[in-house]
Amino acid sequence: MEFNFPPGLILVLGAIALPFLKGKIQQALIVLLPVMTLVLVWWIPNDYTLVLSFLDYQLSPVNSTPTGRLFASIFCIMTFAGGIYAMGQAKILELTAAYVYAGSAIGVTFCGDLISLFIFWEIMALGSTMVLWAAGSQSAYRASFRYLMIHLLGGVVLMAGIILHVHTTGSTDFTAMQPDNLASILILVGFLVNAGAPPLSAWIADAYPEASPSGMVFLSAFTTKTAVYALLVGFPGATILIYIGLYMVFYGIIYALLENDMRRILAYSIVNQVGFMVCAIGIGTELALNGAAAHAFAHIIYKALLLMSAGSVLMMTGKRKCTDLGGLFQSMPQTAINGIIGALAISSFPFTSGFVTKSLETAAAASQGMVAVWFLLIAASAGVFLHAGIKFPWFVFFQKDSGQRPPDPPGNMRFSMWGFSFLCIAIGLFPGPLYRLLPYPVEYQPYTASHLVTQFQLLLFAGFAFFVMLPLMKRTLTISLDFDWFYRRFLHIFAKEFTVKTSNTHIRIEHAIHQRIERFIKRLYRHHGPHGILARTWPSGGMVLWVAIMLAGILLTSALL
Amino acid sequence: MISDQDKHWFYRSSSLPKLWMIQVFILVIALVPEFVLHHHPHFQENGVLVDATFGFTAWYGFLSCAAMVIAAKILGIFLKRKDSYYDE
Repeated sequence: MEFNFPPGLILVLGAIALPFLKGKIQQALIVLLPVMTLVLVWWIPNDYTLVLSFLDYQLSPVNSTPTGRLFASIFCIMTFAGGIYAMGQAKILELTAAYVYAGSAIGVTFCGDLISLFIFWEIMALGSTMVLWAAGSQSAYRASFRYLMIHLLGGVVLMAGIILHVHTTGSTDFTAMQPDNLASILILVGFLVNAGAPPLSAWIADAYPEASPSGMVFLSAFTTKTAVYALLVGFPGATILIYIGLYMVFYGIIYALLENDMRRILAYSIVNQVGFMVCAIGIGTELALNGAAAHAFAHIIYKALLLMSAGSVLMMTGKRKCTDLGGLFQSMPQTAINGIIGALAISSFPFTSGFVTKSLETAAAASQGMVAVWFLLIAASAGVFLHAGIKFPWFVFFQKDSGQRPPDPPGNMRFSMWGFSFLCIAIGLFPGPLYRLLPYPVEYQPYTASHLVTQFQLLLFAGFAFFVMLPLMKRTLTISLDFDWFYRRFLHIFAKEFTVKTSNTHIRIEHAIHQRIERFIKRLYRHHGPHGILARTWPSGGMVLWVAIMLAGILLTSALL
Repeated sequence: MISDQDKHWFYRSSSLPKLWMIQVFILVIALVPEFVLHHHPHFQENGVLVDATFGFTAWYGFLSCAAMVIAAKILGIFLKRKDSYYDE
């Protein structure tokens, strides 16, 4: 049987129909499109490849692999829950853009070649920019442009890498590479820009929190995790990724600790979590790669859950700063409980999805004898509880009572949250089915007495540190400078200075030209003007005189002759 | 000003010591298994045995978090700006 239809295109094409439909049919399509996509993802047999010839190149836009299917599946589940969460609240522009964005992310996971990967990659950038833009505020509009610039830059680097790669190797296949030549280094950099790697990590916290409540739920899931997928397939075992990952892990923690905006805390936490995955991809053993894939799967669910909880708070209170929030557990108990379940899962509390997935990554570091990496990852695991696991629920739902008593959000939003809470705990209790989907066979047992005890101790004492040091973490009305300062401030000042300087030069040159033209016209005027020597009226009297003189002359000569 | 009795239990000033007590109680419970359970060091062949010592993850978790909070505090001196910084 021929499967010549990339599953992601169901979402992309279906999304385009959304604005033309109304009411129940539109809602049905929002729910059905991700389900249909998921069915096709699993309908296509494993290792199936469709090869198309395009110009001189071989394209394989439908290439089914276990890793790709795992990512495609979680993207479908995410789109489904996100669609329900957004229903009735989000603009249809946002939903359409989000579905195109999700569809192209699924498209990437089914690409067997670099050219079709690049096409889906760029559709993703456009889709996500539109999701951001759809929030409608001036700040979202400006953030969406900064976001697009970063992603177009990443896209150009990726494209340059792909062209060079195809030119030197003659192959378009997307397979494992090592960053040892310019082509693969450029491809790696292109992937890393989307993963939120340094130095450009700031785009995540700059852009995502400007989206609408549902917009950020979608945004958190696809771009960075597609990058994780691409790194997982393209650069397993590239040692540099260990260090990049570790940097991201601690960058996320420190910036989240300094942050006051609840959704920016969660945005920094995305960098932190992706850092764990990038580090595991750098370790590159089967256990580590399984860990990165499983962690990405679990992360999408609990991060979306956290952002659904934060989005509900934003929608019901209109506030996003920790300094304006607090005490909401009294009137938004369901939002609080779901937020806490998400927070426990991201912190890898036993019996949640984080516990059974992230531990694969630390176990991989241990089994490779990477002492420093292991100790840093364990410290970072404690740090996750500190910056996201407690900080988010504490400052939003507890701390001081802000006096606000908004109710829980509408039913569809609560439904999505409960659904994802269920998955967080179900995966935690029964990791078997997820383990079976992983790219390599799993022989790992997360539930040992020692692992349970140490994990409880690590997290509980991290929590203790939080409350002991709470006075040091008093929220302030501040943001923290980051690399985006260079393009939001430095380049801005630079550009302003440049504009002033160039416009001064422009004025001087214009002035000089003006003067020269003026002088030329004056000269012309002097000679040819009404008083110019060449334009003087020759009086007719003079003329008569000359005629008379000539006449006299003729008479005289004729008389003499 | 709302009287203490009208506040949610969580916010009453009388609850604060109880909340701390509950927390300390949980921490003690978490340390109890250390007396019966022996952890295997992850890096025996590297000569690193610290991760199998009594309550390693407890103190390591506490200290690393304290270090991160302090690091953030120090970096904050240089990095923090008013949140209207980019608005002009």
